[in-house]
Amino acid sequence: MNPAVPSAADLAAFGLDPSWSRTIEVPGHDGTTRRWHVLDRPGRSATAPTVLCLHGNPTWSFLWSRLLRELDPACRVIAPDQLSMGYSAHVGARRYVDRVADVHDLVQALGLDGPVWLVAQDWGGAIAMGFAVAHPELVAGLVLSNTGIAVPQGRHAPWLIRLAASHGVHRWATRSTPLFVRGTPFLPGMALTRVQRTALAAPYRSADRREGVAGFVADVPFTDLHVTKCELDRVAQGLGALRVPVRLVWGSKDPVFNDDFAEDLRGRFHDVELHRIAAAGHLCVLETSIAPFVEAAIADAVAPAGTTNDDTVDIEPLWSRIVASESSNSEIAISDAAADEAITHAGFAERVGTFAAAMRAEGVQRGDRVAVLVPPGIDLIAVVYACWRIGAVTVVADGGLGLRGLGRAVRSARVKFVVGPRQATVAARTLRWAPTATSIHLGSLRRAPTWQLGALAIVPPAPDDPAAVVFTSGATGPSKGVRYTHRQLCAQRDALQSLYDITPGDRFVAAFAPFAVFGPALGIVTGLADMDVTAPATLTAAALDDACARIGATMVFASPAALANVLHTAAGLLPSLANVRLVMSAGAPVPIETLRGLSRLCPAAELCTPYGMTEVLPVADITLTGRAAVGEGRGVCVGLPVPGCDVLIADTDAGAALTAVPTGITGEVVVHTPWMSSGYDRLWLTQQAARPTLDGRIWHRTGDVGHLDSEGRLWIEGRVVHLIHTTDGAVTPVPLEVAAESVAGVARAAAVGIGPLGVQQVVVVLETTGDRVDGAATPELAAAVRAAASPQAIAAVWTTKQLPVDIRHNAKIDRTALGRTMEHVLSGSSR
Amino acid sequence: MKVLVTGAGSLLLGGVAATLAARGDDVVCLQRRMLALPEGVHQVQGDVRDADVVRAAAEGCDAILHGAARVGVLGTWDDFRSVNVDGTTNVLSAARANGIARVVHVSTPSVAHSGHSLVGVGADAAVIGRKGAFYAESKALAEQIALAANDDTLAVVAIRPHLVWGPGDTQLVGRIVERATAGRLLMVGDGSALVDTTYIDNAISAHVAALDGVRPDARCAGRAYVVANGEPRTVRELVEGICLAAGVPFAPRHVPVGVAMRVGAVVEKLWPRFRDGEPPITRFVAEQLSTAHWFDPRPMRDDLGWSPTVSLDEGFARLRDWFASAR
Repeated sequence: MNPAVPSAADLAAFGLDPSWSRTIEVPGHDGTTRRWHVLDRPGRSATAPTVLCLHGNPTWSFLWSRLLRELDPACRVIAPDQLSMGYSAHVGARRYVDRVADVHDLVQALGLDGPVWLVAQDWGGAIAMGFAVAHPELVAGLVLSNTGIAVPQGRHAPWLIRLAASHGVHRWATRSTPLFVRGTPFLPGMALTRVQRTALAAPYRSADRREGVAGFVADVPFTDLHVTKCELDRVAQGLGALRVPVRLVWGSKDPVFNDDFAEDLRGRFHDVELHRIAAAGHLCVLETSIAPFVEAAIADAVAPAGTTNDDTVDIEPLWSRIVASESSNSEIAISDAAADEAITHAGFAERVGTFAAAMRAEGVQRGDRVAVLVPPGIDLIAVVYACWRIGAVTVVADGGLGLRGLGRAVRSARVKFVVGPRQATVAARTLRWAPTATSIHLGSLRRAPTWQLGALAIVPPAPDDPAAVVFTSGATGPSKGVRYTHRQLCAQRDALQSLYDITPGDRFVAAFAPFAVFGPALGIVTGLADMDVTAPATLTAAALDDACARIGATMVFASPAALANVLHTAAGLLPSLANVRLVMSAGAPVPIETLRGLSRLCPAAELCTPYGMTEVLPVADITLTGRAAVGEGRGVCVGLPVPGCDVLIADTDAGAALTAVPTGITGEVVVHTPWMSSGYDRLWLTQQAARPTLDGRIWHRTGDVGHLDSEGRLWIEGRVVHLIHTTDGAVTPVPLEVAAESVAGVARAAAVGIGPLGVQQVVVVLETTGDRVDGAATPELAAAVRAAASPQAIAAVWTTKQLPVDIRHNAKIDRTALGRTMEHVLSGSSR
Repeated sequence: MKVLVTGAGSLLLGGVAATLAARGDDVVCLQRRMLALPEGVHQVQGDVRDADVVRAAAEGCDAILHGAARVGVLGTWDDFRSVNVDGTTNVLSAARANGIARVVHVSTPSVAHSGHSLVGVGADAAVIGRKGAFYAESKALAEQIALAANDDTLAVVAIRPHLVWGPGDTQLVGRIVERATAGRLLMVGDGSALVDTTYIDNAISAHVAALDGVRPDARCAGRAYVVANGEPRTVRELVEGICLAAGVPFAPRHVPVGVAMRVGAVVEKLWPRFRDGEPPITRFVAEQLSTAHWFDPRPMRDDLGWSPTVSLDEGFARLRDWFASAR
């Protein structure tokens, strides 16, 4: 039976160009010629690759409507309806082997002689893999989305499919009623539009026309005896021999082909990368735009070979300075003011050794990912070093991400082990952060037989082995996992050591847990302050003073928000800060007033504000004295680049290519340094975009905009995503904010754009020093801010009780959210 | 260049006529009553509803600037249609009859007004089919007819000046000052809607630029453009600025938007029966004052080479000087 192809009007209503739709008579491998319906978008370039898209069940070629519309017009895009599906001939049930052969028939009938890119979803993916194994010479690459070739180890086949295939339900759910067809678009994920849902169901209006849908489900093997099971197994065995690039784009909310299937496939290919989309589901190719992903996959495959890593130099391991020596055995190594606890060098070396041995005994192997859900304290630091020593990869997500953020972070990293107190490991399982991970209780580590760190016989990791996954604060989007190797962390340690002249005599108080971890690597005495690490602004002057007193601190690290609270709660001079020679604050911009206030509390200390981000730190550094000497300029001066870190300012209009702009011109800050992280975790597309290659070296796009001045100093003017696109060009927010903050009575300012890009108007929102109110600024204040921001026109000046800031630093303003709020307020619609 | 200007009785069109005359153009003005216009401007007393009068007035002209319109909310549909729609048809016929190739049709942003906020948009197509809003509906029809007349021999451009104000303006400034003086200033909603306006001198220069730019092969031919200062401010700031310039107290009473809309609906029906003049609040005014209205300035800049020359602050300063000298 050949169903009637949809009318041009229907196709147009579905958002498809009617000219793409055609039927083609395809001679089959079994001697029968059958009619196929294909959507065939011609490509503008004869040299660009052809993309062949294979849908699964119960969809049709409409599944690729977004890709057909959005993919680079140079490429030809062909999306067929599989036989017995959509508007292709209905020929009854079709087995997997036939479907793989069908694709070859179609490729020949279409006359596609060169290798094509296969883009496939659901069972289309299994068919694409089958085709690639059978005809590797015809395949340029694979882009697979929410599919599978085998049920991953340790889990069952997708329960939804099992249900749909189960006796008594199968015919009813898939054929007699439109339940399966109509229900699929409602699986968890990003909502589809009504038009998309209608279009997906369009070919399957009657039970007869759902015959193919039912047949597809019946072909899903649930027993080893199933004929298709054998074939799938054969294909699965062949995947490892494929030498083409395979890129996985995954909607993580899919209850059918979930993250486990993505991991299973990741382990099967030679050249494979994964990009997880946390908010998307089973139909992620329709829920979001995957065109940039497919384009990046194609571009990456044709790009010249990447950079070569000629780093063969050995490194001084991170744990090498944790030693029990005769001279220092009785000296405090780490002091935790919150727990009122301290540990000696000898004790700490033994604890790391004991934890390492115990974790190995629990089964932790080199390369395994371990979620460290240990509250800040000595044990947290010990677990981290124990992991590093045995080659495990620490996944440290601090409470500063918030509980939801923490859960998302741990889930995305797919850890094999969870270490923490009992409540944390139970939470990780019940909240499904890591349902399949093995729990290791902190208590059992502490009760394990003692081992000296130096006596461990476990082979240490190699320099370029992964060491840690850390998370961005999520101030500008979902938190991202960032991967570091041992070599990179060692380079970071060495950079900090030489930048701040750190010697073994230094004693370091950290009011930011991730930084405290660096103390033992630097080989210096480390102190933790009593504070709520999830809320940096809870660090009081007394708590900081106490932490410093315990170890006789010479160095202090605290976030800007923590320092602000120290100033706020300081009654007078803090005696224990007198010996501090260095105070460092990073993570967010530090107001100069905070630094000035602090310098009065510890007059002997140099106040440094290293600039950097989770992905690479430090990039540049400046002291308070340096900042005062530089004076005013466009944005905030973050100082000279740290020796060993190259900084380049790139044209923000140049697209993917890195093009440096001249000195003084504003652009995106791009860096290259040995202590730069390897990249993002399971976010291949993000990684491709953030890590361009120039002159044979990989660079990191920071997402910040700024410029270099004639002295080589770096000035930061805001985030790329926070640029305000006015009719007169892009305006950076920070210089306007600095200007606004110079007005008396203004504590903090944010400049945001409202309206469509290209015609945006600038709005300034203020936190005032006195009583704060939400609403329009007084005429006097508005006039003063406008005068300060001149010649930039300001459409409105507003005041607010609290600007939206991130949880971790309590300082990074979410200008995107603020812009949306102000657009709403100033549209009059908030009535 | 010889130019026919209709509706020179308004602050804007009178200003355009004076500007054209001052730079040496030959100006003919057609309006219902004789005006105090600069020397050298030829005045014809007549009504745009009379096709013969318009055709005669346009004789020998190179261009027409058509600004005559019936405004406000008072009057029947026939009153509005005959002036705004038929008047425009007459002007276009006069242009054809006299072989005139260049027409500037003075329109209004309210032809595209939908009651929603307009944020950074261009000149959207005129909306036809409103109920009750005679002015906006008749002007929308007129603009549609004017732009549809554009062809190889007759170039028509529609200019939509948004909220023109300045010294001598009786519409916006005059009413705000009058109400504020009487202690009856109303603020619909919280006055936080961002609204762009046009200082009078900028509105005049924009129409002159349109007159100079419109010709059959020009990009602007057959298109509509919104003209504004490109400096949106909240309604509250604007009204406060005008009060400050006039030296009158700014102490508005706040009226919730919903209330204003309902009162407006009632007032529109009852006011003409009991009172003269324009009512203090109508639904249209309530909407205008409570929703954002600001526009994309690039089409005027790119197609007609026009940008405003008097900033909002400069405009307020000039308004203050004008009130001071009038006192």
